[in-house]
Amino acid sequence: MSDKPKFVYVIYIASTPDKVWQALTDPEQTEKYWFGYRVNASGNAGASFIARNPGGEDFDKGVILESDPPRRLACTWRPQHDHDKHERPSRVTFELAPLKGQVRLTVVHDDFDEGSKAFEGISRGWPAVLSSLKSFLETGQALALSTSDVDDKRYAPAAAESGA
Amino acid sequence: MDAVFKALADASRRELLDRLRAENGQTLGDLCARLAMTRQAVSKHLALLEEANLVATVRRGREKLHYLNPVPIHEIAERWIGKFERSCLQALSDMKQALETRDE
Repeated sequence: MSDKPKFVYVIYIASTPDKVWQALTDPEQTEKYWFGYRVNASGNAGASFIARNPGGEDFDKGVILESDPPRRLACTWRPQHDHDKHERPSRVTFELAPLKGQVRLTVVHDDFDEGSKAFEGISRGWPAVLSSLKSFLETGQALALSTSDVDDKRYAPAAAESGA
Repeated sequence: MDAVFKALADASRRELLDRLRAENGQTLGDLCARLAMTRQAVSKHLALLEEANLVATVRRGREKLHYLNPVPIHEIAERWIGKFERSCLQALSDMKQALETRDE
């Protein structure tokens, strides 16, 4: 039972697998819908996966485990905060499947360390990121979210500290 | 979005979502064991929830695991809750929860 995924998210996006893949892996694009984060996941298996926050700091780091554009991307995910950076990295898998003129994007996040703190932030983060991605690809406009909207210090260290 | 509201307009289906929220990744058997519903009824409700994308499933060997997929509900919130109302609503919700659980 312990090997079952912790989180599974599914979203349907009126776009093509190529465009969704590009939006997930190119920092120029993630910056526009992922709360300003630049996520670089364009390498092959073995290359690094880096999510950098708008302040230019590394937010999550990992390794690309599998890259099969535009179908499947898997990478390890290691948060870089004091409270969770000691944790064993978790794993994120994106699966893209064309379906009736749309793309069915499945995000599975699993393999968390026992008692993971990173785990707590995840459940609020992904639905917001995925909704914003959908809006970005379908309308050209991301959702007007900032990291503080996610209401979680993990996603909004700066806003939380400044009391915003 | 019609499918989401239709799926949510049923107490049994909302209860299934509650069960998954409490424990994600349950099989049909797990869900049936704790509910006063027939297996057929649970199975039918799950199919409707999956159709509305409120439940996502993954296969693990011979098992089909069910997950609460909150993405459509998030989209509903995004549509009707403005950016700046969110923190006020959260404060109200926290207050309600604090007041209602205080005497227990």
